[in-house]
Amino acid sequence: MIGAQILIESLKREGVEVIFGYPGGQVLPILDKLYDADLKFVLVRHEQGAAHAADGYARATGKPGVCLATSGPGATNLVTGIATAYMDSVPMVAITGQVKSFLIGNDAFQEADVTGITRPITKHNYLVKDAKDLARTVREAFYIASSGRPGPVLIDIPSDIQMQETEFIWPETVEIRSYKPTLFGHPGQIKKACKLISQAKKPILYVGGGVITSGAHLVLRELAEKIQAPVTWTLMGIGAFPATHKLSLGMLGMHGTAYANHAIMEADLIIAVGARFDDRVTGRIDSFAPNAKVLHIDIDPSSISKNIRVDVPVVGDAKNILGEILEELKKLPDISEWLKTVEDWKKKHPLRYKDEGIIKPQFVIEQLYEATKGEAIITTEVGQNQMWAAQYYKYDYPRTFISSGGLGTMGFGLPAAIGAKVAHPEKTVIDIAGDGSIQMNIQELATCVCNKINVKVVILNNGYLGMVRQWQELFYKKRYSQVCITAPDFVKLAESYGAFGIHVTKKEDVRAAIDKALEIDNTVLIDCRIEPEENVFPMVPAGEAINKMISGLA
Amino acid sequence: MKHTISVLVENKFGVLARVAGLFSARGYNIASLAVSETLEPSISYMTIVVEAKDEAILEQIKKQLNKLIDVISVTDFTKKEHVDRELILVKVDYSPKYKAKLEKLFKKYVGKIIQKKGCTAIIEAVGDQKQIRGLLESLSEFGIKELVKTGRVALGH
Repeated sequence: MIGAQILIESLKREGVEVIFGYPGGQVLPILDKLYDADLKFVLVRHEQGAAHAADGYARATGKPGVCLATSGPGATNLVTGIATAYMDSVPMVAITGQVKSFLIGNDAFQEADVTGITRPITKHNYLVKDAKDLARTVREAFYIASSGRPGPVLIDIPSDIQMQETEFIWPETVEIRSYKPTLFGHPGQIKKACKLISQAKKPILYVGGGVITSGAHLVLRELAEKIQAPVTWTLMGIGAFPATHKLSLGMLGMHGTAYANHAIMEADLIIAVGARFDDRVTGRIDSFAPNAKVLHIDIDPSSISKNIRVDVPVVGDAKNILGEILEELKKLPDISEWLKTVEDWKKKHPLRYKDEGIIKPQFVIEQLYEATKGEAIITTEVGQNQMWAAQYYKYDYPRTFISSGGLGTMGFGLPAAIGAKVAHPEKTVIDIAGDGSIQMNIQELATCVCNKINVKVVILNNGYLGMVRQWQELFYKKRYSQVCITAPDFVKLAESYGAFGIHVTKKEDVRAAIDKALEIDNTVLIDCRIEPEENVFPMVPAGEAINKMISGLA
Repeated sequence: MKHTISVLVENKFGVLARVAGLFSARGYNIASLAVSETLEPSISYMTIVVEAKDEAILEQIKKQLNKLIDVISVTDFTKKEHVDRELILVKVDYSPKYKAKLEKLFKKYVGKIIQKKGCTAIIEAVGDQKQIRGLLESLSEFGIKELVKTGRVALGH
């Protein structure tokens, strides 16, 4: 077999069903072998779209997403998508063509040092210099990408290696002596964890993307119900715990609910599961949760005591550890008083907005929630649209909210929706977008239409780069610098791509437009003209303690 | 404060770049770095002297190193019995007026002259931090023309 064939055979052995990619000169042998392979290939319109689509596919399924690009500019166009996946611990395998191995370092046409460029934004990467190593490399790449704390792995393959003839030997097992993720909690630490929980009077579960990655959502729910602790989550943790559950506090942090922020600040025990105390969550670090002991469950030892001093760390897989804790936990804490306080906060500081005048974005999200009965997969762009989507849609299931959290990548939502829809053709997939973000990867509408990947795009069109405008309003004396962004006629644009466009300017038309969009068997874009200067509240100014919220109405 | 750590890594191309990249990306400082193959040719041994202003940062450095796929193990010598050495080569003035004085110096300090040419001599010295510092201080009066250090290597029990 030649290298290209070995690659495809190896991908199939890894259970790959779809590749998101874009052709180019240095992947020609792979493209040629793909011609005969029974592997779905989604041809995107920009390599960044391929990376985000693979990412969306991975987040929607838990399986590694695969993207392919040629050398040089093809590979560098993947970079933003790879970095996005890296920050959010998404399993992904990126395959790039490289100039012929004997030309490497010669400044050949379309040459770039791709392993060098992607080293800090991949969990690991490979430059394959011999086709004999290819099968093992693919095996290792998938193992590394999807085990431990997942992440993207890149395989760079020179085109002469793709043509090199060698025997195909599939390694049945994979053994990397220097890589052995810890999966189970240390028994001593589990005991200590249980002791902390038993003694707590005001515990709170603070959960992140790790719960979803590990598939720990059910056991998390069991633990929360057993100890009756309220649960708050990070942006990445949305869906890890049912939003409609009575113990749910919603998202915390910069744009979290007031009651979640009050609760974590007042707690005497934070049970952190698969979350990393990001600055958007903790706010000012020295005033964060001053009275709380911290129990931190995470698979990545470097997440522990990185930002916040941890009292009891338990390293390992969240699902295993929560199970071990449930088994070990004998004495339950008495926290009825605490729950009452939390309930009071909930009543006193609900999420709210003034629903009057021009269409409010929050209203649009609420209507989306009702129209889809909370069953859709929502992807988002980045900015205000993302925060409203996080606040006002209620996610009861894991892998239904797909958003670029760590890197905050505008242009993520549409291609990620493509990936999610390819993974779950039977589900409604909606990209909640802004008029700024959507323009960053709008070309992927063509990918949707050509491949009949019928996603729905709802643009919350306010004519601004809204989140930056909000900061300028609040912290730069309303000096709106470079945030007034013009857009094309989105309806006409959708139509020219062969999609369906709907224009909405009145509140009373919102629901009808959504219902129509859900009904139409095509990619549909709703251009929804919203209140131009609506802000995301509550808001914790950067560097403030997280209970020092600005809230538009309170 | 400076800490000496050793790192066993896979002896593959790009591994040094991964380690160096980690330090620069996270804003840690490398004071010195020495790398060589071990008896097992597939493994390299790195001795890294890092500057960390507190325990938490040192802890992060070790954890981040361990996170690299090609890192096999990390040993921190801060609280561990070990020996460390570095080798220096120093070019000094060897004119007649210094000759005798210089020869005498080596009775007290580590080091020896390994090459003489005209009015200069090259001195080789192997020692721990304190010994090397002592030698360099006393050599300064002879006029150090050039100095090169290997960086520290360390071995624990």
